[in-house]
Amino acid sequence: MITLAQLLTLSAIVFSLAIAGIFLNRKNMILLLMCVELLLLAANFNFIAFSRYLSDINGQVFVFFVLTVAAAESAIGLAILVVLFRERGSINVEDLNTLKG
Amino acid sequence: MLIEALFYVFAAILVAASLAVITARNPVYSALALVMCFVTSAAIWLLLEAEFLAVVLVLVYVGAVMVLFLFVIMMLDINLAELRQGFTRFAWLGWLTALAVIVEIVGVVWARGGLGIDASRGALPAPAGYSNTLELGRVLYTRYAYPLELAAMLLLVAIVAAIALTMRQRAGLKYQDVSRQVAVRREQRLRIVKMDAEKRP
Repeated sequence: MITLAQLLTLSAIVFSLAIAGIFLNRKNMILLLMCVELLLLAANFNFIAFSRYLSDINGQVFVFFVLTVAAAESAIGLAILVVLFRERGSINVEDLNTLKG
Repeated sequence: MLIEALFYVFAAILVAASLAVITARNPVYSALALVMCFVTSAAIWLLLEAEFLAVVLVLVYVGAVMVLFLFVIMMLDINLAELRQGFTRFAWLGWLTALAVIVEIVGVVWARGGLGIDASRGALPAPAGYSNTLELGRVLYTRYAYPLELAAMLLLVAIVAAIALTMRQRAGLKYQDVSRQVAVRREQRLRIVKMDAEKRP
């Protein structure tokens, strides 16, 4: 039988791998977006695990909304990326220094 | 026992695919590894009897979002060598952060025994005739009807925003404007010139 602790451990591992990915690929904007998708997937794992072990359907409803928002986020993120590439000819995060942030 | 064995297999594939996402040299391979992550997650969600969300994950993520990612990656002409520069410079920081997060979360989970729930027990099996999709729909269209409409509006706004951002008017493009063609008047095209009749030579 799968226990709750096993599921939470798996989601923690995936979550931290995604965080490591943000550090590793900090120049490539596409990979940053993909790592954010991986983070959201790990968070969804927790919702589904708790929903299952508390026998409460509301957690799955929340996963549904998270999926919706994540799809919208990646669509707009990729649109911005395409516009950026058209303007600058590069998706390197270090080239985005117009605001001197 | 079979379910637990399957869970371990899927978990190993999920972790390996996540590693491939963050370390692959080519973004296309990263995207394909992310597809693998989503499919494996859907399999694990099926083991957890969240059938509807597993199907939605495959349909929406693998079918739409990842295809969009691949489309963008292959459309852009990216200089990979420049983006890979300094890949290992902050790698130790990344792995250290990842390790810290794992140790913190896993430590809390195993020490607290699952945050007030008995984490070592399995979930209660669903009663006979239980339909995950039916239950989810029942809640989604009653208690969460208003958030559902908000989510629909959000998706609509996202579509409009994505199209508005990427649409561009190129100068010097020749195209037909049918309504102007139809609405044209005789005076705009035809000019009658008065002249004397010519004599036959």
